[in-house]
Amino acid sequence: MRYSAFSLLRNTLSHHKNWPQLWGSPDPQPEYDVIIIGGGGHGLATAYYLASQHGINNVAVLEKAWIGGGNTGRNTTIVRSNYLWDESAKLYETALKLWENLSQELNYNVMFSQRGVMNLCHNVHDVRETKRRVNANRLNGIDSEFLDAQQVKEFCPAIDLRGGGRYPVMGASLQRRGGTARHDAVAWGYARGAAKRGVHIIQNCPVTGFDIEGGAIKGVQTAKGPIKAKRVGMVVAGHSSVLANMAGFKLPLHCRPLQALVSEPVKPAIDCVVMSNAVHAYISQSDKGELVIGAGTDAYCSYGQRGSMHNTEGTLAAICEMFPQFRRMKMLRAWGGIVDTCPDASPIIGKTPVEGLYINCGWGTGGFKATPGSGWVFADTIANERPHALAEPFALSRFSSGYLIGEHGAAGVAH
Amino acid sequence: MAQKYRLPEGGRVDRSQPLRFTFDGKSYEGFAGDTLASAMMANGLRLVGRSFKYHRPRGIITSGVDEPNALVDLYSGTSKHEADARTTMAELVDGMDAKSINNYPLLKYDVGAVNSIFSKFFVSGFYYKTFMWPKAAWLKLYEPFIRKAAGLGTAPTVPDTDHYEKHYGYCDVLIIGAGPAGLAAARQAARSNARVWVVDDQPELGGHLLTRSATIDGKDSDAWIAEVRAELEAAPNVTLKTRAQAISYFDMNYVAIWEKVTNHMANPPANMPRERLYRVRAGQVIIASGSHERPLVFADNDRPGVMLAGAAETYVKRYGVKPGKRAVAMVNNDYAYGSILALLDAGIEVPLVCDLRQEPDGALTQAVKDRGVPIRAGHAIVAIKGKNSVRGVKVAALSEDGKALAEGEKPASQACDLVVHSAGWTPAVHAHCMARGKLAWSDDMSCFLPSEGSDANPNVSAGNCAGQMDLASVLTSGHEAAGQVLEALGMPANNAPAAPTADPEAASSTRILWIVPGEKELGYGSAKHFIDFQNDSTAFDVQLAVREGMHSIEHVKRYTTTGMATDQGKLANLNAIGIVSEALDVAPEKVGTTTYRLPYTPTTFGVIAGRDIDELLDPARTTAMHPWHEDNGAVYEDVGQWKRPWYFPKKGESMHKAVLRECAAVREDVGILDASTLGKIVVKGPDAGAFLDLVYTNKFSSLKPGKCRYGLMLNEDGMILDDGVTSRISDDEFYMTTTTGNAAPVLDHLEEYLQTEWPHMQVYLTSVTEQWATATIAGPKARDLLAEICSDVDLSAEAFEFMSWREGTVADCPARIFRISFTGDVSYEINVPSDYGLHLWNTLMQVGRKYGITPYGTETMHVLRAEKGFIIVGQETDGSVMPFDLDMNWIVSKKKGDFIGRRSLYRSDMSKPDRKQLVGIKTVDPSVVLEEGAQLVRELKAQPPMDMVGHVTSSYMSPACGRSIALGIVKGGLAAKGETLYSPQPDGKVIEVVTCSPVFFDPEGSRQNG
Ligand SMILES: Cc1cc2nc3c(=O)[nH]c(=O)nc-3n(C[C@H](O)[C@H](O)[C@H](O)COP(=O)(O)OP(=O)(O)OC[C@H]3O[C@@H](n4cnc5c(N)ncnc54)[C@H](O)[C@@H]3O)c2cc1C
Repeated sequence: MRYSAFSLLRNTLSHHKNWPQLWGSPDPQPEYDVIIIGGGGHGLATAYYLASQHGINNVAVLEKAWIGGGNTGRNTTIVRSNYLWDESAKLYETALKLWENLSQELNYNVMFSQRGVMNLCHNVHDVRETKRRVNANRLNGIDSEFLDAQQVKEFCPAIDLRGGGRYPVMGASLQRRGGTARHDAVAWGYARGAAKRGVHIIQNCPVTGFDIEGGAIKGVQTAKGPIKAKRVGMVVAGHSSVLANMAGFKLPLHCRPLQALVSEPVKPAIDCVVMSNAVHAYISQSDKGELVIGAGTDAYCSYGQRGSMHNTEGTLAAICEMFPQFRRMKMLRAWGGIVDTCPDASPIIGKTPVEGLYINCGWGTGGFKATPGSGWVFADTIANERPHALAEPFALSRFSSGYLIGEHGAAGVAH
Repeated sequence: MAQKYRLPEGGRVDRSQPLRFTFDGKSYEGFAGDTLASAMMANGLRLVGRSFKYHRPRGIITSGVDEPNALVDLYSGTSKHEADARTTMAELVDGMDAKSINNYPLLKYDVGAVNSIFSKFFVSGFYYKTFMWPKAAWLKLYEPFIRKAAGLGTAPTVPDTDHYEKHYGYCDVLIIGAGPAGLAAARQAARSNARVWVVDDQPELGGHLLTRSATIDGKDSDAWIAEVRAELEAAPNVTLKTRAQAISYFDMNYVAIWEKVTNHMANPPANMPRERLYRVRAGQVIIASGSHERPLVFADNDRPGVMLAGAAETYVKRYGVKPGKRAVAMVNNDYAYGSILALLDAGIEVPLVCDLRQEPDGALTQAVKDRGVPIRAGHAIVAIKGKNSVRGVKVAALSEDGKALAEGEKPASQACDLVVHSAGWTPAVHAHCMARGKLAWSDDMSCFLPSEGSDANPNVSAGNCAGQMDLASVLTSGHEAAGQVLEALGMPANNAPAAPTADPEAASSTRILWIVPGEKELGYGSAKHFIDFQNDSTAFDVQLAVREGMHSIEHVKRYTTTGMATDQGKLANLNAIGIVSEALDVAPEKVGTTTYRLPYTPTTFGVIAGRDIDELLDPARTTAMHPWHEDNGAVYEDVGQWKRPWYFPKKGESMHKAVLRECAAVREDVGILDASTLGKIVVKGPDAGAFLDLVYTNKFSSLKPGKCRYGLMLNEDGMILDDGVTSRISDDEFYMTTTTGNAAPVLDHLEEYLQTEWPHMQVYLTSVTEQWATATIAGPKARDLLAEICSDVDLSAEAFEFMSWREGTVADCPARIFRISFTGDVSYEINVPSDYGLHLWNTLMQVGRKYGITPYGTETMHVLRAEKGFIIVGQETDGSVMPFDLDMNWIVSKKKGDFIGRRSLYRSDMSKPDRKQLVGIKTVDPSVVLEEGAQLVRELKAQPPMDMVGHVTSSYMSPACGRSIALGIVKGGLAAKGETLYSPQPDGKVIEVVTCSPVFFDPEGSRQNG
């Protein structure tokens, strides 16, 4: 059923009894052409594009718990493409272009809201590095501007340029096409679109092992029994190292908790995304009215999906520094996700030492924005059994060749 | 009439202390001891807010932390503006100014209420299905409209001027909640040697006893509470905190407690914080956090005047307020009859009680019956009359299975202005769950109860939150919990009291109907069965979500927003779980709960930030010479946490002029720089040299005492981490310097290797950054100047060579003099103990006057070093630059063996000729100074995208060269010096440049060595 105001009206008249299931709950078949492990945004997008772009419909997405329950449903939904390095910029810009049409493509409103993303500079060094990035973006054909302090204030009147005296605002980069989206809707929209094209979305189905023969993948072991496939894509974010270990290889990942929090809902108070690496905090306001605030990662490695108190304390102190009027606002809810970060803060997309087993991970603190692009290039990679041109630089082999794409400046804290 | 719903007597309010408050601009009166909610109720205010989505009129439905509706903005527009304040938790203060929220223009006539008309359309998830056409309209039209309609209160616009504090606390036993269970536990724990903390979020101890009093140990519960309080207050080992709520619970029994300190005072003393945050590490925790009454899900259960039975009882008993005059009740359990008795005692008429049970039993039920109140078994309220306020109900008998009205049943009307209801009580398992405890479903009680705990967090739940519901067992469980944790701690109570006793209650039945049917099937007709009141999510929405395939409770939560309101699902979640379990036809245990997230109730940002605001967010560090810089008009640059003089302008001088003057002084006479901020680390121990060999790319073990060497440190990935000069003090001691910003990261890096990779090495690291103050004097006259104030060191070029250091006396202070240079001129870095720093500086300035001594800042330092082609880590490098990229092969030892990053240096991509490499850059027009961060291309195109080959890392006007100079990193730059590149500017202009050697000045180095 196509969603529209009209279908909504029609269903209202039939008391909403006739809405179809979004993605159903099929039992696994014994074998698929492709298995995608991990029902996060990236896994679901991969399945969707396999079906919609490559005509591969006999696909299963195996999700340990409930789709979108990993980082996809835990992130602060900042979307932008103003990354420093050419390789990243091209990948994230591909994603951003897909975002711009995603609601229409999926016929599911993912509420992509291009309200602009600002990254603040607080010292001479920040200014230099920000200008470098803005210039690079521009020459890569990506919209990006440098704002001076006064322009920052005009763009975001709620901000206090004094920065509490310690972090005065000296300028910012602005990407007007950046913004936020509704994270759950992204997972659901892709799942619905994929299911409509025949993909099986199988929840509560953790993968517990791999069947590998002669160095090639034959299938996976799951809580619902063995399932065969000659091509398997592994998109499990924080659990990537765990699964790689099952498949017999190692990944250069650190998994750490990253937390976020929201305030109680209030009427519109801030109409863009503001990020500051220097004070380790970023903020936007959701359509519901909650201030959505993110922090830095915890220093230790952990699989416990929550952050520690001192990080929350630091983050809120930083927010109060930039927005002293929010000090009397209240934190409604805080949570954490496990982010998988590579030494160069860039993702890994492509082949693994096991033939037929593909990997997509390492998006760390900032992969939500890449969701459509990541699915796009990964589907292409699996379908054609070779890395998509945009994915090529992000091969696992770069850690042995040294071709690192150091996005710490863009991704170290910020998203 | 003032307070027309106030009872003439009773309750815990102080009628001798009237307090004024305003609500939506009108003035009212309440009493000390009221909450804002009870005071509003006393004045007959029923319609107190509007709901989130449909803007339905809403009234007060609870009396505590679980209130979803009665939220207001307090003190709007002032520095005390608090959005979304929960009236049921806000103690009334004289002069309190409250404003209703989420309505326009008026609470009573809210235009947003048109949403209600379209409510059939606005079912769960409707927004995912529409607003997609035309594409551009989302950002311009739909979203702004949704945003304006959403949100509750308004955000403050002026800074909060109150202050907040944070403390750490340590105890053996932390007791969360001071109701009967908590007090029974506290009484016993107090008699041990354990350090005990007792916290409760109410202003008074007693918990539910404040609502329903009882007889404990043969006395009235008020007397019992007073007795326990006296004992706790007298016990030196007990810390007792009211208005203090445990908001979160982390591993290793680390509990955050939020105390409201002055919120309840009209004129708080200025020296007191508004709130405090205690972070308490407890040996054992007793969770005695009680339970929350569960609403019944019935038609239009949100109308103002419909409230929880226990809340109504609380308003009557605790606050002496009548929530209405004539009440109809709907209940499914015996306990709720106690609430009905309270209403009867207060003179509220109760014409009728609907009991969902077919055979109502229990002592309290009997007592109500005995008072002549008709009890309709198997009956329900199936409709509510009245919109802004309840005017009556319709009552009907239900079918056997409770899913519909009984065959042929015609609902009967009953007038009333109050409806009270109860579906039983849900244990407050929040703390248990935040402590990573597990839950198990109890069929008997139709709720989740704590099952397993987590080893990391030794705790015991007691009382209601552990599923103990009658007072006698609540008291026993609290008492036993204390016994258990004291035993675990090995700190038994001395002369332990006997467990407090109360009369046991006879068991009675409960009947669960997750949905109480209305006159029409769900989804038909206009009535709504609310689950999450604030977020307007209904039983129908939850069923729809399940129908659409949302089978996980987490999906249901997110799709319908059930449980995501500011009460965090305290009222909604269990009902949602029940309804989902019915819709899916699986046991509630299988449905499970959503994650219990912190905080327990919404917590002020300010208290979490504490004192870490303004200047204290990240206290600035200043050097020993700072007072001089202050007096002499320095302009500062923030470098790491340090305030470093950036330049020293003379009166009216621009930065550009000042820097030219400072540069010239160094090249011609002598300049002086405060270099105290450089990181300094003492590396000491028999293995110090071997350790440094592993840390730096070049060899240090061969360095002779008295000598200095420049070193590069790499990360594991072969990229440059830091650089600096390290000197050998003695055989087993080195003195390392780091860049200012990297002092702490480098120490971390070294410690990590020492502790995790090479624990066998005998090396000790000490940060001495702040122990030494450093004045650098540089320039042709530096030696002469130094000679005047240092007589015990031979300063001649032969005796004291470049890259060596001497111990001596400078300006009568013990000093270490390092002959190193970052400017390219003769230069001495004079280190003295910090306390002498200012004296040293003053002396140098005074004696130096005749040499034309000129203080210079970081900008001049940067220009001078750029003229020499010296890099700055973090400016020329960015984590992607390795030594070969800087043409620094000479510093990477091939012979000495392993060092951090070595293996990475020889990976295939590291030797590619098109890596980005350090070059000098000259603009074709010498007067043009490139912008730092400018990008460079080889091939110009009319439009982006263009392939970038590098960027400008440093750029200055160089007085020594008489032109602009720049450094940059460029693909294949080392081999291609002399090539022409272009820098396209944001305004469309293009700057043409030519690459060159990065050393612009004195390439032979004759000046610094001289
Ligand atoms: C607090 C926070 C804030 C963030 N903010 C932003 C932001 O503002 N912008 C941005 O761009 N990014 C942000 N991110 C990062 C972003 O969320 C992630 O990079 C992105 O969502 C990853 O998507 P994914 O689909 O790869 O992973 P996930 O959504 O985590 O999906 C992985 C899935 O794999 C499943 N899985 C794991 N093991 C198995 C198994 N054995 N078998 C089957 N399934 C398994 C998991 O259950 C999970 O559903 C943030 C992350 C966090 C935690």
